[in-house]
Amino acid sequence: MITGNFEYHQPSSLPEAVALLSKLGDDARVIAGGHSLIPSMKLRLAMPEHLIDLQGIGELKNIQISGGEVRIGAMTTQAELIASEALYKSAPIIRETALQIADPQVRYMGTIGGNVANGDPGNDMPALMQCLDANFVLQGPDGERVVKAREFYEAAYFTARDDLEILSEIRFSECSGGFAYGKQKRKIGDYATAAAAVLLTKDGNNCSHASIALTNLADTPLYCEEASAMLQNGGVNDENIAAAVTSAMAQIEPVDDNRGPAEFKKHAASIVLASAIRDAWARA
Amino acid sequence: MSATAESVQDRKAALKGLGTSRKRVEDARFTQGKGNYVDDIKLPGMLFGDFVRSQHAHARVKSIDTSKAMELPGVVAVLTAADLEPLNLHWMPTLAGDKQMVLADGKVLFQGQEVAFVVAEDRYIAADAVDLVKVDYEELPVLVDPFKAELSDAPILREDIKDETEGAHGARRHPNHIFTWEQGDQAATEAIMKEAPVVAEEMVYYHRTHPCPMETCGSVASMDKVNGKLTLWGTFQAPHVVRTVASLLSGIAEHNIRVVSPDIGGGFGNKVGVYPGYVCSIVASIVTGVPVKWVEDRMENLSATAFARDYHMNGKIAATEDGKILGLWCHTTADHGAFDACADPTKYPAGFMNICTGSYDIPTAYLAVDGIYTNKAPGGVAYRCSFRVTEAAYFIERMIEVLAIKLNMDAAELRAKNFIRKEQFPYQSALGWEYDSGDYHTAWNKALEAVDYKGLRAEQAQQVNDFKAGKTRKLMGIGLCHFTEIVGAGPVKNCDILGMGMFDSCEIRIHPTGSALARLGTISQGQGHATTFAQILATEIGISADEITIEEGDTDTAPYGLGTYGSRSTPVAGAATAMAGRKIRAKAQMIAAYLLEVHDNDIEWEVDRFVVKGAPERFKTMKEIAFASYNQAIPGVEPGLEAVSYYDPPNMTYPFGAYICVMDIDVDTGVSDVRKFYALDDCGTRINPMIIEGQVHGGLTEALAIAMGQEIAYDELGNVKTGTLMDFFIPTSWETPNYQTDFTETPSPHHPIGAKGVGESPNVGGVPAFSNAINDAFRAFGLTHTNMPHDHWRVWKTANDLGLHG
Repeated sequence: MITGNFEYHQPSSLPEAVALLSKLGDDARVIAGGHSLIPSMKLRLAMPEHLIDLQGIGELKNIQISGGEVRIGAMTTQAELIASEALYKSAPIIRETALQIADPQVRYMGTIGGNVANGDPGNDMPALMQCLDANFVLQGPDGERVVKAREFYEAAYFTARDDLEILSEIRFSECSGGFAYGKQKRKIGDYATAAAAVLLTKDGNNCSHASIALTNLADTPLYCEEASAMLQNGGVNDENIAAAVTSAMAQIEPVDDNRGPAEFKKHAASIVLASAIRDAWARA
Repeated sequence: MSATAESVQDRKAALKGLGTSRKRVEDARFTQGKGNYVDDIKLPGMLFGDFVRSQHAHARVKSIDTSKAMELPGVVAVLTAADLEPLNLHWMPTLAGDKQMVLADGKVLFQGQEVAFVVAEDRYIAADAVDLVKVDYEELPVLVDPFKAELSDAPILREDIKDETEGAHGARRHPNHIFTWEQGDQAATEAIMKEAPVVAEEMVYYHRTHPCPMETCGSVASMDKVNGKLTLWGTFQAPHVVRTVASLLSGIAEHNIRVVSPDIGGGFGNKVGVYPGYVCSIVASIVTGVPVKWVEDRMENLSATAFARDYHMNGKIAATEDGKILGLWCHTTADHGAFDACADPTKYPAGFMNICTGSYDIPTAYLAVDGIYTNKAPGGVAYRCSFRVTEAAYFIERMIEVLAIKLNMDAAELRAKNFIRKEQFPYQSALGWEYDSGDYHTAWNKALEAVDYKGLRAEQAQQVNDFKAGKTRKLMGIGLCHFTEIVGAGPVKNCDILGMGMFDSCEIRIHPTGSALARLGTISQGQGHATTFAQILATEIGISADEITIEEGDTDTAPYGLGTYGSRSTPVAGAATAMAGRKIRAKAQMIAAYLLEVHDNDIEWEVDRFVVKGAPERFKTMKEIAFASYNQAIPGVEPGLEAVSYYDPPNMTYPFGAYICVMDIDVDTGVSDVRKFYALDDCGTRINPMIIEGQVHGGLTEALAIAMGQEIAYDELGNVKTGTLMDFFIPTSWETPNYQTDFTETPSPHHPIGAKGVGESPNVGGVPAFSNAINDAFRAFGLTHTNMPHDHWRVWKTANDLGLHG
């Protein structure tokens, strides 16, 4: 449980970090909160020769809300997300989700940027970002580009981020209405057996906006476009909830692991999702 | 008179003796991070060892190339079996009469097995060097299922003993078979199973788990080549036995070996055995002439050092139609892994599994245990229990439930009908034990009333109706358990480890000013010995517990003892403490009589002093007596006030308890919540109620972990699937329910203060209570038994198999 040797770098600005990463290339890894990277380095699954620590870059640690848009700096910790009253007003589902990530000690270190950039299907924020239809801002040697969360994830640990890019910011629109992040896990600190992010906006008895995404049920987070549309077009009732769940379940491809066989996860996922939809609608 | 009576009470309270919820004296240092654990020991020039371990479960080691590792700056040595062989230390004896490879000798037999030992200037260099050692393996077929061990195509694991038909515990029928251990009357029991009106049968598996103490195992060896003395600090639950073993193995005279157990961060049986790391640190220190430290990491701890349980218990229980139990039959297949490294008393290869008749008056019984080798880590230790008592308690408490189902009878009533009655003690069990004392009916009735058992059953019946009517997707389980422990090993006539009788000891010195030092042969790993042994002594000798220092764990200063495990410290060393205290008091009586100028028989003991009978104003306190013993010449009495006692217990002690768990289960997700947990413990005389409560809470939480998810699982290739705390379940405060504790007090008749030991009861009794709750929830739907651990998916599968998902 001791890492291999590496050089440690702590740039103080984003351009400096991008330049360093361009210079060091494949031999370097960017480290945010370190709660995925450091364990894998201790297991010697990852053996980067250089670590570029973003902790020293103040500009990456902020939450800005203006003109209906939320911008969160990549180095903002889960604890800071939970503590922000302004963020809670603009997107309460963030706090609800962050509170279900690991434990308080981890949340003091773990960042939203690390959580979404790593590409671990077990992480909770990626599905939430897809549910929110968030955009990720990437800074690379050729400047800045923006990628939609719903197009970012390619496979487990493979994302649209180029090796020389750093994910610097997350942007999404303020969301009103009902929300729920439902997660079944074995214990505090565990990844989800199944988890679902749901946003529902009520307009009279109709549903004017619906968005559903799932965590840890495939090798990427899953935005459930068809299921979302079913609720948005047909309204939220028992029949449509069942149809939406059936549609979402057709998308998932869970694998057998210590949390249980795929067959169980499919069933648990359907329960978790149906319950999250009901919770979100009750709050809408 | 009332003033005097009050003052007696005040003086008694000031002693903080038996029955006082005295705060733990250890906690000042532990809560401030000032403990001194093995890894805190830093010696000048100390080197660090780290293991190259096998990634294969079964393979031949064709070659080991250490040259690249030796080239790394800072690497001092890389030891392999070839280096240890000239010292005859490439293998070592196990506590169970088998032998174990210290470093792979020609082959590896489990994933994580020690292959080479790298010694370097710091642990970082050592870790890098481990990666540079190249081992060439030839993979062999893997055996993980003990039921396939004796099939014709099974690989032979232990080629070193493949032709030996006799093992340490009798005949071996196959190279992968270790022993058969039989107790009780086979013919009579099998006859009952044929003839009895009702026979219930079940295969009960107690899965493989691990004690997983917060501090992993480690050692620091320092060989002083000038004076020839070896000092060994380590995570030892039995430091004196380690000294003897180290002497026998190394050839170093025992007086030249000092073994020290410093603060130990939890043991739970994981730190009883001797591990290759200890041996390698000693050898490396002898070779290099400087101290060498070895401390394993969490993954090494979980995958290589002693596991617990892994008992497949096939049972039959016979009864009359109205529920009087007639007989119990059990055949256990015990998966011991690659070496038999159980830590049991020599004559008990399956520990005290023969306590499996539990709390019940079962006239006829038979137990057979077959030990089997597989390609898994060795162990089979007593994880917070007395040698296989958890297995026994789980077995009988499941069999009672299975029988209740067969009889269509309430399981609480079935228990009450078959309990050993109060007047039957001392009770001779069909499998060979003499239960010293008990009052099971009183405890049981108290427990049932405390939880409103009848009300719970009515609520459960209603919920089953609601479930069937589609009104709820939750079920409710009521988990009952009445366990009987057997602890305090043990009488030297039948209990020994490597030939060492399982007595224990205490040595007391009273200082001139009336404070005291007591040293014992045990070693606390969190039990609070420094607190509780001082309380035993305070009551015996009338010196406040606050003025008594308790020391353990240094073999150069402490008297010889067999250590701390199996809830033996209070029953054995606690008894030695009381007896040594009584020797002090006997001498003090002579001194007091001289000082008071009366005959010995004319004074009597009162809390903290000797008082002249009928003249309460004439007395000498223990403090005064202590001072006199050092500064006055007393005719016929040696100066000083010291005593030592070695205590050989006449019998085991038999703590018991009644536990009830109420569980709510979501049939669809498999998630369960403990709604209520009531735990009544009878551990005889209660020394420190606060520490007892802490022990019960801790033990129940470990029981919760084991029952609900904690396991060491292997895949079919012998890979450990649960090697980190992500997958190996350790409950946090979030997962831990509230516990309601209670007690009755039935003192042990043969123990000097009537105490029985409590540390392990909650693990022994807790596991069946949790598991029975899960099983009970599905009883109305036709379930008789489902195995632990009851994690989400297995509970879901149980419901699914019963057709509860539509």
